[in-house]
Amino acid sequence: METKSIFTVSEITRYLKEKIDWDPILQNIAVRGEISNFVHHSSGHMYFTLKDNTSRLKCVMFRGKNIRLPFALHNGLKIVALGDFSIFERDGYYQLYVNEIQPEGIGSLHLAFVQLRDKLEKEGLFALERKKRLPVLPYKIGVITSPTGAAIRDILNVIQRRMPLSSILIIPAAVQGKEAVSSLVQALSLAQKIEDKIDVLIIGRGGGSLEELWAFNEEEVVRAIARCTIPIVSAVGHETDFTIADFVADQRAPTPSAAAELVTPDSAELSRHLRNLEARLLQSIKRKLHVYHWKLESLRQRPVLIRPQYMLANRQQALDYLREKQLLQIKERIKEKRAKLHLLVEKLNNLSPLAILERGYSVCYQGEKLVKSVSDLQKGDSLTVIMLDGKADCLVQDVRGEER
Amino acid sequence: MKRKKETSFEEALEELERIVQDLEREELSLNDSLLMFEKGIGLSRLCLAKLEEAEKKVEILLDSDSLATKNFVLEERSEEL
Repeated sequence: METKSIFTVSEITRYLKEKIDWDPILQNIAVRGEISNFVHHSSGHMYFTLKDNTSRLKCVMFRGKNIRLPFALHNGLKIVALGDFSIFERDGYYQLYVNEIQPEGIGSLHLAFVQLRDKLEKEGLFALERKKRLPVLPYKIGVITSPTGAAIRDILNVIQRRMPLSSILIIPAAVQGKEAVSSLVQALSLAQKIEDKIDVLIIGRGGGSLEELWAFNEEEVVRAIARCTIPIVSAVGHETDFTIADFVADQRAPTPSAAAELVTPDSAELSRHLRNLEARLLQSIKRKLHVYHWKLESLRQRPVLIRPQYMLANRQQALDYLREKQLLQIKERIKEKRAKLHLLVEKLNNLSPLAILERGYSVCYQGEKLVKSVSDLQKGDSLTVIMLDGKADCLVQDVRGEER
Repeated sequence: MKRKKETSFEEALEELERIVQDLEREELSLNDSLLMFEKGIGLSRLCLAKLEEAEKKVEILLDSDSLATKNFVLEERSEEL
C-alpha cells in the first residue's frame, strides 16, 4: 500500500479554510444572487442563502454589519453581497461572511426609502384625515432648519413680504450628516414643548442629493413629525425631491419659499377681502332700507292718507245715492199700493149694494128681516122697499111664484 | 386644537362671510337685517384689528432647557446648507 498522508477531519478542514482565507480572489469579493431561506436570528445575526439558476451559497451577515443596512432583507430580493469567504469549521461548510449589501437594480437608499414609505403608508401615517388644517392667520411661525442655510433666507423673505407682522421663531437644527436625525427629532420635541407659543411649523432645508436629504427619510424623524400636534409643513429640497417627511407632514411645499407662502396669508389680500365684505354688507343693507323706504313712501302717497276727507265724501255720496234710491223705491211702492187700492175700491164699489140700487134694483125688508124669496110672503104682509133714493112702506096684495 | 379663547380670526371670517350671504339673499326682516349688519361690521372690524395685532419679531432659540431666545439676524452667506 502507498503511504498516503492521512488527515483528520479537523486538519483537512483547517487546511481548506486557510486556502480559502488566503486566496485574494475569495476575500473582499462581490457575489450576485437572490436571497432565500432568510432568517433573522434573535441574536441579531442574519443567515440566508444566495442562489442562482444552478447553485446555492450559504451566507451570514453578523449583527455588527447588518445593523447599518438602510433597507430590509427578504426572500426573493436580488442583491450584490460584498464580503469574505471562509469555512465554518464546526459544521464543515463554506460560507460568505457578508460585510455589505447592495440591492440589485436600484440604489440601496432608494430601496430603503420605498420600504419605509410602504410600511408607514400601511400604518396609515399618510392618511388625509390625519392632516391638520393650517391656521389662516398664524401670528407665530416656527421654523426648524439650519440657521445658516439658504432655506431660512428664503422663508424669512417671503414671510416679511406677505405677513410682515407675524413673529418667527427659528429652532436651529442640523439638516444633513450624522447629527441630523437626533438634531431634527430634538428640535421637533422642543417645538412640541412650547406648542402654545407656535401656530404653525415649517421644517425643511434647501436642495441637495439623496444622501444629503436623507435625514428626512429616517424613521425617527418621520415619526416625530407625525407625532407633532402643531400643524407642520415640510419643505425639503427642490420641487422634484420627495422625502417621507413630505408624505407625513400636514402639508408639503416644493420649496422653502413655497412653504412660507403656504403658511402665511397675503395680509394685503385679506385686508382687501375684509373691506370688500364690509362694502357688500353696506350695499345689502342700503338696498333693503331703500326698498322699505320706497314702500313706505308709496303708501304715504295714497289718497286715503293724503286726502282722508275724500273717503268721507265718497261715503256721503254713496249714502245720498242710497237714500235717493230708497226714496224712489218707497215712492214706487206707494204708487203700487195706491193702484191696488183703487182697484179694490172699484171692485168694492161694484159690489156695493148702492151700485146695485143704482141700477134699479130694490131691497125688500119685512121688519128687520131681509126678504129674498116670495115664499116668505103672504097676502097682507107689510113690506119696506128700499130704493136708491128712499123707502116705501107697502102691503102685499098677491103672491105669485116664478119659474126661472 | 383651540389656541385662543376668544373668537379666532378664521371663525370671525367664516361668520362674516355667512352674514354677508344671508343679507344678500334678502330674505330677512328689516329688524333682523339691521342686527345682522351691525354684527357683520363688528366682525369685520375685529378681523382687521387682528391683522394689525401680530407682533413683528424674528427670534432664534438659543437654549433648549431655558428656552431663551435672541433676535435673529441673517448672516452673510456662510456655508450653503
